[in-house]
Amino acid sequence: MRYESPTTTKEAVSLLAKEKGKAFVLAGGTDLLVRLRMDMIDPDLMVDIKRIPAMMEIKKSATGFKIGAGVSGANLGKNKALVKAWPGVVEAANLIGSDQVQGRCTMAGNLCNASPAADSVPAMIAAGAKAIVVGKKRRTVAVEDVITGPGQTSLAKGELIEAITLPARPAKSGDAYLRFIPRTEMDIAVVGVGISLTLSKGVIAKARVSLGAVAPTPLLVKAAAKAIIGTKLDDDALEALAEACSAACNPIDDKRGTIEYRKRIAGVLAKRTAKIAYERAGGK
Amino acid sequence: MSGVHVTTTINDDPIEYVCPADESLLDVLRDRLGLMGAKEGCGTGDCGACSITLDGQLVCSCLVLGAEAEGRSITTVEGMASGEKLHPLQKQFIDNAALQCGICTPGFLVASKALLDENPDPTETEIRYALAGNLCRCTGYDKIVKAVQAAAKDLRKQNKKK
Amino acid sequence: MSDSKYTGQDFKVVGTRVKRPDGLDKVTGRARYGADMNAPGQLVGLMLRSPYAHAKIKKIDTSKAEKLKGVKAVITSKDLPDLTDGNAGLYDTLENCMARDRALYDGHAVAGVAAIDKSTAKKALKLIKVTYEKLPHVTDVDEALKPDAPAVQPRYAQEGQPSNFMSQGVFGHGDIDQGFAEADVIVERSYKTGQTHQGYIEPHACVATLSPDGSGELWVTTQGHFSYRNTCAQLLGLDFAKLKVTSSEIGGGFGGKTHVWMEPIALALSRKANRPVKMVMSREEVFKASGPTCSTSMEIKLGAKKDGSIVAASAVCRYMGGAFPGIWGTLGGMTAFACYNIPNNKAVGVNVLCNRPKVAAYRAPSAPMMAFGVESTMDQLAKELNIDPVELRLKNVAREGTLAPYGPVWGPIGIEPTLEAVRKHPHMKAKLGKNQGRGVACGFWFNIGGQTCSDLNIGADGTVNLTVGTIDVGGARASLGMIAAEELGIAYEDVRVNIGDTSSLGHNDTTEGSRGTFSSGMAAIFAARDAVEILKSRAAKMWQIPVESVVWEDGTAKAMGAEHGNLPPLSLKEIAAKAGNTGGPIAGHHEATADGAGVSFASHIVDVEVDPETGKTQILRYTVVQDAGKAIHPQYVEGQFQGAAAQGIGWALNEEYIYGDDGRLQNAGFLDYRIPVCSDLPNIDTKILEIPNPSHPYGIRGVGETSIVPPLGAIGNAISNAVGVRMNQVPMSPPRILKALDDAMADANSSEVA
Repeated sequence: MRYESPTTTKEAVSLLAKEKGKAFVLAGGTDLLVRLRMDMIDPDLMVDIKRIPAMMEIKKSATGFKIGAGVSGANLGKNKALVKAWPGVVEAANLIGSDQVQGRCTMAGNLCNASPAADSVPAMIAAGAKAIVVGKKRRTVAVEDVITGPGQTSLAKGELIEAITLPARPAKSGDAYLRFIPRTEMDIAVVGVGISLTLSKGVIAKARVSLGAVAPTPLLVKAAAKAIIGTKLDDDALEALAEACSAACNPIDDKRGTIEYRKRIAGVLAKRTAKIAYERAGGK
Repeated sequence: MSGVHVTTTINDDPIEYVCPADESLLDVLRDRLGLMGAKEGCGTGDCGACSITLDGQLVCSCLVLGAEAEGRSITTVEGMASGEKLHPLQKQFIDNAALQCGICTPGFLVASKALLDENPDPTETEIRYALAGNLCRCTGYDKIVKAVQAAAKDLRKQNKKK
Repeated sequence: MSDSKYTGQDFKVVGTRVKRPDGLDKVTGRARYGADMNAPGQLVGLMLRSPYAHAKIKKIDTSKAEKLKGVKAVITSKDLPDLTDGNAGLYDTLENCMARDRALYDGHAVAGVAAIDKSTAKKALKLIKVTYEKLPHVTDVDEALKPDAPAVQPRYAQEGQPSNFMSQGVFGHGDIDQGFAEADVIVERSYKTGQTHQGYIEPHACVATLSPDGSGELWVTTQGHFSYRNTCAQLLGLDFAKLKVTSSEIGGGFGGKTHVWMEPIALALSRKANRPVKMVMSREEVFKASGPTCSTSMEIKLGAKKDGSIVAASAVCRYMGGAFPGIWGTLGGMTAFACYNIPNNKAVGVNVLCNRPKVAAYRAPSAPMMAFGVESTMDQLAKELNIDPVELRLKNVAREGTLAPYGPVWGPIGIEPTLEAVRKHPHMKAKLGKNQGRGVACGFWFNIGGQTCSDLNIGADGTVNLTVGTIDVGGARASLGMIAAEELGIAYEDVRVNIGDTSSLGHNDTTEGSRGTFSSGMAAIFAARDAVEILKSRAAKMWQIPVESVVWEDGTAKAMGAEHGNLPPLSLKEIAAKAGNTGGPIAGHHEATADGAGVSFASHIVDVEVDPETGKTQILRYTVVQDAGKAIHPQYVEGQFQGAAAQGIGWALNEEYIYGDDGRLQNAGFLDYRIPVCSDLPNIDTKILEIPNPSHPYGIRGVGETSIVPPLGAIGNAISNAVGVRMNQVPMSPPRILKALDDAMADANSSEVA
């Protein structure tokens, strides 16, 4: 295996394009290096992106935030403007692993690892986040279109994610992410729910609901959003939301949870998540 | 496999080494540099026994490549005491019986120091969550939390004097 | 001199909170554990392991691996001839270290490799070609006892029994049929508990050197280096005296480091390569191929009179011991009703085989599962009788003079005092909120004595080396140093305790059964008293008076009698300084099989909160009350209580081996084998009781194990009191609790309809 640490995106893309063997992009490494360790991958080249300055920055503009692919969870949490605008996204990213893992893990990496249970992904999907993908060309892809299956992404060979963008926040908006784990920390989500919404005169005008760990890929559940749009998140709306979320699940039985349990908890967490997002948006 | 030549700083000392590109920083520290304070409990970032700081950031050294350390600054448990003087955390871990077998202790010390560097007066809950990435199977964590609280107090007193 | 009766003496050093001698090395990263040693010219050893739960090994082709540059030795079972001479247990160990004709569980070693570095060794493993024929497997304890279950070890199958039934221990007294006939209320319940692992943070590791002349050295993390030496020597045909085993600092064991795993293979690889071989298990290997504890299934039945006196009790518990026979069920049977005085009781512990790794001891092995069943049933009986659960336990509690279910008549024991302390504890009055509940449970564990051999040497400066052969797993070096200081009348700081290697002391049994401080403590006392006799004779020589006129008090020799009365006392330091001229070095020694190990009891209180929507349980408060006999170092005793309780909490709530239908372990890592993390636990309050063990000079009882016994039952009882459902399966994980809540709701609805 060769290790390269380019200092520009162009150089990184060119290294990936030129490589004839198996090439991997190293961001935080908290998944990739585990797979290397467990002999699940046998790379010929690893391209470390953390020496590319543009990929290590969070930029705020009129259109929103641009978060470099190498920005760690810990550094997301330190950006006050980001935390204020997208508390749910930051919380989700900060739930990944321990403080040790937070020092390294990235949202772009969490996305490219393409686990159905990735914590930051449902929050990003709910937020309408987009990935800036660079290869031969530069393209922008909605986060929900990046993961195509467990461990699979829509990125072509030679492409990498340079940054994640989050839109600017209209007034009266709020987002939240909750996950269920058996312990208080250190587990992989059994179910994750990300919800982002915007109010108009106390009524939910826009909403996006995303579920993690309940299907081969994180889901954008339009029916769940529909269940709360136009409501003040009354009990009926919450029940409808829970039902829509449970119905959208297509989970598996595994060591982390059963099908039955996941469906049930998706509904329970959706209600709790929606309440937090609603409150953050200024709803009462 | 060609080696990667790395020049770095460990516990303020200039260090050079050559390692295979796929070798973890933990293996470099332990097997190439003889710094055996960082322990391997899992190799997958789940136990925290290999905790170090990389440019001031707490990380698991099993989840860092040795090659990534080029030009960085690393601290390990071996760098905590200054000469004969133990760091207050080290002293309080002994005084509070915060260690039994001791295999997790270097990781806890490094992680606790990282916490107190950021937050000199953490609550018990903050301490417990900050140390959730460090597994201990002997103590039930009770005396570890108390040792961190006592050291935090010592450090606040020390910093006041300065 | 060796009278080990408790004397009730006053202490100066014992009972204080001194600093452990290994502390400084452990906080600076200097302490050397199993993987922290390297030998000149060392090779890296790795193991190839079976991917199947049960398979015939038809052929192993190692030729390609052997030809790979940098590979220095490859071994299979063919390199390990059977030297066990009909010793079935030893043959089991041999077969567990490396599969012979069949792989018996997922992770069973089938070949070993030693190479110049890890990557070469890894490549070599990939070049070994094993031809397997898959065989039917069984991993569940109840399935294993079905008549058509695949036989895990046909050589142990018995006529007229299911092939995986190995043996059973039956304990108790009285007539249970008559007892149940007399009972007004009978509660009978079934339970299951999952398989757990000790979860020590340090993986197994060793550096082995074995020369062609049959002499060797082994550096290893172990709870018993003498036992490791004996086993390795027997398996490889070596003389005990020629294999020197040195114990590293041990990064946790809890019973899992009482038996050899890959150490004999490391030695065999070293012999073949004629170079030192270092082997370190990965965490995955630790989970798959070391010795976890048993899973169980059981039925518990209690019968009582209306006034709460329990007149009959029965327990049948099946213990899954992995692929090799063990005594785990037998041990469990002994513990079932030990806390209580029940006139008619019978406990059966059944030993069962499955295609899982060979079970090893785990802190009070076999007791926590049985206690989960008994203590859960006890609370349900209390409910039926409408008696407070603590009062019910106290009403039936075992006391001095009670006939213990496994035979002996109890001497002074601590179960009643711990329950009384629970009743009075402020924790019992703490306010509980919605979905919160409190549970209490009791636990029992034996202590063992066993063989011990210790040396005490006094240097010319008057400082003392105490060399013991029992591994320090929890602070024993401090406790033993305190004991030696107490006996000699000197400062704790003047004593240094070392763990000797196998060539420097006679045989010492493994540190297990809470025996370390008990037995080596006894040896330390008598070795010190041995040295005192010599100190007295040297003082007599210095004074030129008869030795009968010298007494030892407060660390000094004093001359007795009017004719010598004016001589100023001689301190240990003064006598030691002159030792060269008075007969040479001053030393004490003691070897014995320690008898009279105490028994140990604990009662725990726990408060939990259950989230009724997710089934998740949070521990709010926890209190341990345990009898320590005499707490040599109270702070370290508390540490044992807290650590044991934390392991019990993990067992109760989340820890469990999860096997797939393919018989493979699905959660061989700390990510999905979920031991408690710091934020999962509250402070664990402790109360040490001291009911002296009459058979130890200081009254010591082992303290390390008992407190892992009550948490499962206590938490089950607390969950029941919080949300009204009785959990009959451990771990009491969120999906199981939610299911129990659903079932309870369905029951309530259907009874309304009816």
